[in-house]
Amino acid sequence: MTVYLVRRLLTLIPVLAVVVTVVFLLIHLIPGDPVSVMLGPDATPAQIDATRQALGLDRPLHEQLFKFYARVLRGDLGQSYFLDRPVVTALLERAEPTMVLTFSALLVAILIGVPSGIIAAAYPGSLWDRTLMLGALLGVCVPGFWLSLNFIYLFAVRLGWLPAAGYASIFADPVAALRYMVLPAVSLGFNQSALIARISRSCMLEALQQDYIRTARAKGLSTGVVTWVHAFRNALVPVVTVIGITMAILIGGAVVTEIVFNIPGLGRLIISAVLRRDYPVVQGVILVTATAYVLINLAVDAVYVLIDPRIRYE
Amino acid sequence: MSDAAVARSGVVTRDAAARPSWLARLARNRNIGVGAVILAVVLLAGVAATHDPRRLNPAERLKPPSAANFLGTDEFGRDVFSLVLYGGQVSLLVGATTMALTSLWGIAIGLIAGYYKRVDLVLMRIMDGLMAFPAILLAIALMAARGPGVGNVIFALSVVYTPRTAMLIRSTVLSIRELDYVQAARALGRRDLMIAFRHILPNCVGPLLVQASFIFAYAILAEAILGFLGVGVPPYVPSWGNVIASGKNVIREAFWVSLFPGLALTLSGLGLNLLGDGLRDVLDPRLRVQ
Repeated sequence: MTVYLVRRLLTLIPVLAVVVTVVFLLIHLIPGDPVSVMLGPDATPAQIDATRQALGLDRPLHEQLFKFYARVLRGDLGQSYFLDRPVVTALLERAEPTMVLTFSALLVAILIGVPSGIIAAAYPGSLWDRTLMLGALLGVCVPGFWLSLNFIYLFAVRLGWLPAAGYASIFADPVAALRYMVLPAVSLGFNQSALIARISRSCMLEALQQDYIRTARAKGLSTGVVTWVHAFRNALVPVVTVIGITMAILIGGAVVTEIVFNIPGLGRLIISAVLRRDYPVVQGVILVTATAYVLINLAVDAVYVLIDPRIRYE
Repeated sequence: MSDAAVARSGVVTRDAAARPSWLARLARNRNIGVGAVILAVVLLAGVAATHDPRRLNPAERLKPPSAANFLGTDEFGRDVFSLVLYGGQVSLLVGATTMALTSLWGIAIGLIAGYYKRVDLVLMRIMDGLMAFPAILLAIALMAARGPGVGNVIFALSVVYTPRTAMLIRSTVLSIRELDYVQAARALGRRDLMIAFRHILPNCVGPLLVQASFIFAYAILAEAILGFLGVGVPPYVPSWGNVIASGKNVIREAFWVSLFPGLALTLSGLGLNLLGDGLRDVLDPRLRVQ
């Protein structure tokens, strides 16, 4: 296990190197002079020169890249042009809502997706199976941000059950936090539950056809015990993979959901940074989320060993 | 050997005679039929527009669906029905062009990586790095650098989705390159480029078509998300994402502004997913989901 994890950590180095390089190159993709674009049409030549020097854009490209690497390794992601604080500080301030939203949506996706897939697989071809899989197909196709708007219209505007938008910290007021988080988490998690349901059904169908299931049934065990105790654990590895992928997708989806529900997280931070051309913030958010994405995939790989002892990495 | 030639030679096996052509299998697949019909409706709908989607008419703002405006009007008095129809054309243009570009770049990168082991490692680490970004965030970052515009949306989405196609083509090439007929072509002195395009690429077409249909669906959705966030095509261009975004501001008074473009987006996603599933079943049964 340890050898495997060390080996996997080493393979992350080139991936993260590409991530940092792509983030660095973003600023060089700006058409024309990036500094003029950042400062807008009212900037004087002196301001443009000063900013170019401050950002090191007057240096050769390879030198800029090495300096960028060095800064990132020191945890210095630069200074926001508009927020008047270091990018790292801005990221830390906005991380909580995004993390709460992502984990809540993941919980919703698992709670809907896994039981749906298992029930569909336990009764293949039945009305349950067809209804749940039709729901899963629609869940894959319905755009999450549009679903959010419809939820707001139905549950906030028409029925008045839940707030339409906003955020309360789970540490300050847990009850209010729950009320604010229900609609964003359900609308973000519903899409991903469809993917989990389809994979769970497929894996469970395969597991239920194995010899040991026939043996369990022959012993007279109930359908519930056979399904949940014997088949489910063996179908879990691919399901965990897809839950890991889901977690990574949710980080991206959270950006859009935060805009719809006016949640002050990383999503709103990056969109306002894009609109204000605050490039250090854009770079910082992208770098942090990509690194989180990579580390989540590593964690998923590590979890395999815990849930399936047949897997031996050494 | 063609079917006719096989028949003439008298070596028709029972399997070959019974096996329908891939075109017949495509035509018979229910998913492909339903998916194609949905897409055709969206594509041809542009001719049915009743109003100019860019014409502002403040006197008619936020009117509910009626005989004059089938799906109502938005906050600027524009006809939502016509906005949805024209928006579909923008979305399909972005989706189709992104699909074509990702396929071209993916084929080039995948063939080179799969065929030349020396560059494989470097190319695949770059692809891994690009896949490490959440897709929509990388697209947002690229749009931040390039600015709004249809061309820039296509560029950003092509960069985001090319690694998936490149990795698929590479894995297919790796499984084919050691087969006897490729070795035979090499032994006959065929050039690498000829082998890659004449002997290996045709065998990648099945998985590529399936992947392309899914990328088409992802690109349409991603374009709508970028438009909704205000970083995609400019706001004056009628796209589904832009119309849904404008509907968000008036959802309390006029739910129909965001409802109908979203339904159109869902239907196209459904059509493309069914098409992709159908293509996978016909062209690549190994990938068929139970």
